[in-house]
Amino acid sequence: MHIVVCIKQVPDSAQIRVHPVTNTIMRQGVPAIVNPYDLFALEEALRLKDQFGGRVTMLCMGPPQAEDSLRKCISFGATDAVLVTDRAFAGADTLATSYALAAAIRKIGQEQAVDLVFTGKQTIDGDTAQVGPGIAKRLGLNLLTYVSRIVEVDLDARRLKVERRAEGGVQLLDTTLPSLITMLEGTNEMRFASLDDMLRAGRFPVRKWNKDDAGIEEVSKIGLKGSPTIVSKVFGPTPRTEKADMQVVADSNPQDVTLNLLQKIFTTHPQIEAELVERLSA
Amino acid sequence: MSEAAKPAVPAAPRAAGRAGRNTELPEHLKSYKHVWVFVEHDRGHVNPVSWELMGEARKLADKLQVQVAGVILGGPDEPLDAYAKEAYAYGADRCYVMRDPVLKGYRNEPFTKGLTDLVNAHQPEIMLLGASAMGRDLAGSVATTLGTGLTADCTELNIDGRALAATRPTFGGSLLCTIMTLAYRPQMATVRPRVMQLPRRDETRSGDIVEMPLGMVETDIVTKLLDFIPDANRNTVNLAYADVIIAGGKGLKNADNFKMVWDLARVLGAEVGATRAVVQAGWAEAERQVGQTGKTVRPKLYIAAGISGAIQHRVGMESSDVIVAINTDPNAPIFDFAHYGIVGNAMQVLPVLTQAFRTHLDKRIRKVA
Repeated sequence: MHIVVCIKQVPDSAQIRVHPVTNTIMRQGVPAIVNPYDLFALEEALRLKDQFGGRVTMLCMGPPQAEDSLRKCISFGATDAVLVTDRAFAGADTLATSYALAAAIRKIGQEQAVDLVFTGKQTIDGDTAQVGPGIAKRLGLNLLTYVSRIVEVDLDARRLKVERRAEGGVQLLDTTLPSLITMLEGTNEMRFASLDDMLRAGRFPVRKWNKDDAGIEEVSKIGLKGSPTIVSKVFGPTPRTEKADMQVVADSNPQDVTLNLLQKIFTTHPQIEAELVERLSA
Repeated sequence: MSEAAKPAVPAAPRAAGRAGRNTELPEHLKSYKHVWVFVEHDRGHVNPVSWELMGEARKLADKLQVQVAGVILGGPDEPLDAYAKEAYAYGADRCYVMRDPVLKGYRNEPFTKGLTDLVNAHQPEIMLLGASAMGRDLAGSVATTLGTGLTADCTELNIDGRALAATRPTFGGSLLCTIMTLAYRPQMATVRPRVMQLPRRDETRSGDIVEMPLGMVETDIVTKLLDFIPDANRNTVNLAYADVIIAGGKGLKNADNFKMVWDLARVLGAEVGATRAVVQAGWAEAERQVGQTGKTVRPKLYIAAGISGAIQHRVGMESSDVIVAINTDPNAPIFDFAHYGIVGNAMQVLPVLTQAFRTHLDKRIRKVA
């Protein structure tokens, strides 16, 4: 079984700060990590590899430093890693990104046919969840988004059964290989890297492909040129002018503070009190 | 005045990014007109996000002086005409309807074909979808098929010139950016549930239906929908539409203390929300996460205990009517946008607050009875 897992290297958003005056992202010192959602995809792929044998090829588009994230995935047990990196990709939106990644997957497939492609549910920096569906469409793969459980894989029959998260429940879907799965978070727990794999990761020759290596001929479909969306403005959120009505427990005691709070809320917003009473009486 | 009146903002990224890009709308796309909303429904219910979008579509269409249409795809035995009537009440002038047995229960393949064919046949300039499991799945596939721009999770939609100016949070909500699709049509955008306000219904409004066949049979479709398993706790976790939410953060220190959030929620008949850190620590389920990577909520009352108010959390809850924050740090960012603040230890305040609410409400309920 040959599985390709797409990952993105992202800034750890919990540590991003915005410059208060210039409204620009202060990237200095913000660590880059593997998009946390992608790790659920990787773990699921590794489980299938444990079960069926075969290979897990990691794929990432990004700057040369993204090699570190691919190495991290090798340490968890992935077989191979390809970094698609080229200045021509700069400024790509989700449409241009899915074009480049689809081309690279096609190329990887020439070495060994691909049975499954995995992505995370979305990234934590872009949050769009659009690249997975885009890749599937371009490669003609059956698209399975928000998969919460892989129920069954039948390699001989080339069939796949999954549970997919929907509003108010899960869909049980049956489809054929090859498919693209975007894995839901919290569906598995990432394994610990073994010492062997950690050592292997350290010296692993991550393959670096430029646009030509990735088999991209139409340069009008990558990078800024291939991106229909244009960022026309970047700005900071408007700060609220009034501060909260504050009480300090240390200046009084919790009982008085909470009673005071209740009185304030219910006096200013009697409808909240009325609705609570109505709902709780029912 | 409105955004439309302002000239295009020559911000630095735009100027730098323009080199070699096509920003002119080609002649053959100039005939694309009207604003569409994909009406998402499943097992007898329309997702309210579709009606929230209908309200936005109406505002955009009025600015452009064009019409609003709902797009309804479903099985022949589903009440699609009733959904169309509702669509008119929420602001649509027309509904495009596709009825086919293979469209019963959402599947990517037939829905992508159906929506793509409708767009190619009737050429809308703007297409809005809910940022739900269905809407995001479909939007990504349709935009790729059409080769057009798609902006996810918008928090504000406006018209700049004649183009859609879609504003969304970026970098985990630390910044906002306005995104435009100038040279491609339709301009596509998704919006999360509860971000936009539900418009007022007007039952006197009506419209017409345009039907189009799908032209696909079951044997054409690879993926089969075998079953739908409803969530056991389906009626209990409905965070996005809850009226009262009690949310806890890492300030509660451990999973055991997080139970105090539940205690207060029970007394108020409220839903429980959590920060990303709490979900990652396993103290609460992922569906309870509020914020940029979780749910957007706008309850009447939001009580945040031990939450510092990082921007990722803020963007998911700042539209709440009344926000109460309990935090030990008087300088925590949450006090910048909360309405009422208590500086104190949430572990100490929560049980007392629970007791105070219980006593007060019991008294009121007895009075009512």
